[in-house]
Amino acid sequence: MKLIVNNREVTIDADPAMPLLWALRDLIGLTGTKFGCGAAQCGACTVHMDGEAIRSCITPVSDAAGKKLTTIEAATDGTDRVGAAVHAAWIKHDVAQCGYCQSGQIMSAIALLKSLPSGQQPTADSIDAAMAGNICRCGTYVRIRAAVADAARTLA
Amino acid sequence: MLPNIDYSELPRALQHMLERGQTVKTLPRRSFLKLAGATGLALGAFPHIALADPAAGGKAASSLKPTQQPSAFVQIAGNGEVTVTINRLEFGQGVHTALPMILAEELDADWSLVRSRHGTNDAAYVDPLFGIHLTGGSHSIKNSFSQYRELGARARAMLLGAAAARWKVDVATLRTQAGTVLGPGGRKLGYGELAEAAMAQPVPEKVTLKDPKDFRIIGRPTPRLDAQAKSSGRQDFGIDARLPGQLTAVVARPPVFGARLAAMDDSAARAIKGVRAVLRVPLDGGAEGVAVVADGYWQATQGRDALKLTWDTAKVEKVDSERQLVQYRELAGRPGPRKFDADMAPLATAPQQLEAEFVFPYLAHAAMEPLNCTVALTEGRAELWVGSQCAGLDAGAAARVLNLKPEQVTVHVQMAGGGFGRRFSSTSDTVVEACEIAKAARAAGLNAPVRTLWSREDDMRGGFYRPMHLHRARVGFDERGNVLAWDHVIVGQSITTGSVFEQFQVKNGIDGTATEGMRDPYPLPMRLTVHHPKLNVPVLWWRSVGSTHTAFVMETLLDEIARTTQQDPVAYRMRMFGDKHLRHRDALQLAVDKSGYGKTRLPEGRAWGVAVHESFDSVVAYVVEASVKDGRPMLHRVTAGVHCNLAVNPRTVEAQVQGAAVTGLSMCLPGSAITLKDGVVEQSNFDGYTVARITDMPEFNVHIVPSAEPPTGIGEPGLPPLAPAFANAIARLTGKPLRQLPFKLA
Ligand code: FES
Ligand code: FES
Repeated sequence: MKLIVNNREVTIDADPAMPLLWALRDLIGLTGTKFGCGAAQCGACTVHMDGEAIRSCITPVSDAAGKKLTTIEAATDGTDRVGAAVHAAWIKHDVAQCGYCQSGQIMSAIALLKSLPSGQQPTADSIDAAMAGNICRCGTYVRIRAAVADAARTLA
Repeated sequence: MLPNIDYSELPRALQHMLERGQTVKTLPRRSFLKLAGATGLALGAFPHIALADPAAGGKAASSLKPTQQPSAFVQIAGNGEVTVTINRLEFGQGVHTALPMILAEELDADWSLVRSRHGTNDAAYVDPLFGIHLTGGSHSIKNSFSQYRELGARARAMLLGAAAARWKVDVATLRTQAGTVLGPGGRKLGYGELAEAAMAQPVPEKVTLKDPKDFRIIGRPTPRLDAQAKSSGRQDFGIDARLPGQLTAVVARPPVFGARLAAMDDSAARAIKGVRAVLRVPLDGGAEGVAVVADGYWQATQGRDALKLTWDTAKVEKVDSERQLVQYRELAGRPGPRKFDADMAPLATAPQQLEAEFVFPYLAHAAMEPLNCTVALTEGRAELWVGSQCAGLDAGAAARVLNLKPEQVTVHVQMAGGGFGRRFSSTSDTVVEACEIAKAARAAGLNAPVRTLWSREDDMRGGFYRPMHLHRARVGFDERGNVLAWDHVIVGQSITTGSVFEQFQVKNGIDGTATEGMRDPYPLPMRLTVHHPKLNVPVLWWRSVGSTHTAFVMETLLDEIARTTQQDPVAYRMRMFGDKHLRHRDALQLAVDKSGYGKTRLPEGRAWGVAVHESFDSVVAYVVEASVKDGRPMLHRVTAGVHCNLAVNPRTVEAQVQGAAVTGLSMCLPGSAITLKDGVVEQSNFDGYTVARITDMPEFNVHIVPSAEPPTGIGEPGLPPLAPAFANAIARLTGKPLRQLPFKLA
């Protein structure tokens, strides 16, 4: 099976029903994407598929074949303008505590900012709505809100 | 996440450790050279007592303990990079940054060149006061503050000694500045250039520490050292440990705690591609399970799903939450051991009387990173990769399972995705299970490292909960709110019975962790009776331990007395703090001042709520604004006043208080409970077990009372007062007290 991950084509030998999460983590070695619940409840496994935030823990890898996949590793490597802004804001606001949920948080934040018409700033409610699927047990929510709003301002 | 421990009991605690034979190993000779090779950056590592080798030139001060020897903690590379090893588990609380800050302060390092890394089960990394490896009880900074300062000061003295020798000048003519030694005539050498020579200097026994007014790193809001890695998916956690040829195991666990297997058909499981072995393994608490070992997690779970298992649950206790509550109520009416006593005669004649019953459910820790442990076995050796709060005890437990000596086991402490107490269980259950599986896999001919990984469901249904509790109170007071008599009963399982803490926590049949936070600091005539029923549901410390329930009971009842006698809840508390509890007063006053309490008029439908609680030697006061919307309590704004003495990194303190408060808020939300039906845990994932999400998050401001006193705990104290402050606000709106968590509006 062929996947396009972070602009690279990778060939894997996997059961088509295997969740994308485990293909990324166990077969491709991209461990930045995290396992939190395996049931689309926590958002830790969020990646982008054709630009949209999805939960890789419930997405069969066969559904991802041929689609453009982006994981946290590429989203924050500086090549993507929105990703770079979110990454910088996350560091500036020292969002992470244990950090385990943050790959997913960042991927959701990037998807939110990319979904806005250019120049439009997210409202407080729209930030909460976009991030509501991502649990943080360390309770970094105040700084997540601040970092998303800040990243949006730097992009304006 | 661990009980507050009475320091006078330490010698007994240590004795207990020794009796259990859980000695810890020390670094092998010259291991620092290997460490240096492994990281590729360290030229100079300071002499460790365990490797004091005259031939190598290093002269360790032999009277110093391993915890006092710089070599195990500081490495300085040729380019001046300073790597500090932390003697704790970093799982969000920020010690990965704060401990290096403390050391770097006295080392006079260039902060921009400071790095941090985890230690192992080496003897150097024990808690210097407890003598065991321990991350818990909010002790990390409190107990290692002096230690890390002295380590930094010793390393600095050795660098100065090396510079004095190089320049042939008196060391008194030298000073240091941000990673460089400055000498007479404008001479200057970076620490990196001196590191190797400094290693040959004797380790000074006595060092002079800075005057706190000269601190330039400690006390400054400092970005986390792990922020970059944790904002880019590049931070490895225990779950990401990856060794060549590694296999993954998942375990089919019995539906009821302690049950064993009656029959198994594993033919379908074995037929699944990627499944390498199906193994019956002993589990914690006398239970039995079936481990499926496979190439990866997905294949292992496929194998597990294909197992046909019959469990023998006939002989095990099947706890049922509803029946348990009935039983607890019945127990509450019986006589039992007393923690405090007082004359209860005034109860009958008190002008005002109040009776209350409180119920608190079991709670799961539900850290975001599910439990896991990777084990690699070779002849006569075991290496473990695990986010452990107690590396030494875990290594000891692993050694027993594997028939090894403790010194044959190395625990590589891994960054952990939260923990809240769960990564230290009294039986080392996660580690023991992973070792049993690795051992069985090896016996089955699989010569590969095995990562045992728990699913979210395994993790949530796996026990080790904050115990369910029932409190009952009868309080008599006068019109001014003076309490005349307070008769109180607590019913709940003991968490330290059977743990290393039992000997010094359980006295007269009462587990001190169940009553911490009761009565004090209020001067109340209280009689406190405690019952510890025995049930087979495994229980454990959980962030802020006993205060998770005692603070709620105390702070809501006192608020109710203030309400009943028409007194301001802040003034009422202040009167009771008197001039004895100044830290409580200061924390509360700060929260009051910053919140606008008593000055600002709240919008219609909102009310103020107040609570103060001391735990782990720190005091946190909350003033909150809340409302009820469509029958649902809503928390809008929280102002915190915090007294934790010196705040080493105010940013971390702020984050810890907010984070602990979010966990406290979670406890209030509908669905935040673990319940059992006929022995089976009813929740299994975040759809059934509620935790706070961003949409629940109030506006939040943290204010710290300035202090130069040695730091006290901060990982937990922010949790206990949140729920009662919220409940007090709601009670002001509805006129009805909340006496149950999660909240239930009548
Ligand atoms: S792991 Fe996918 S949503 Fe939790
Ligand atoms: S930072 Fe720990 S779970 Fe979010």
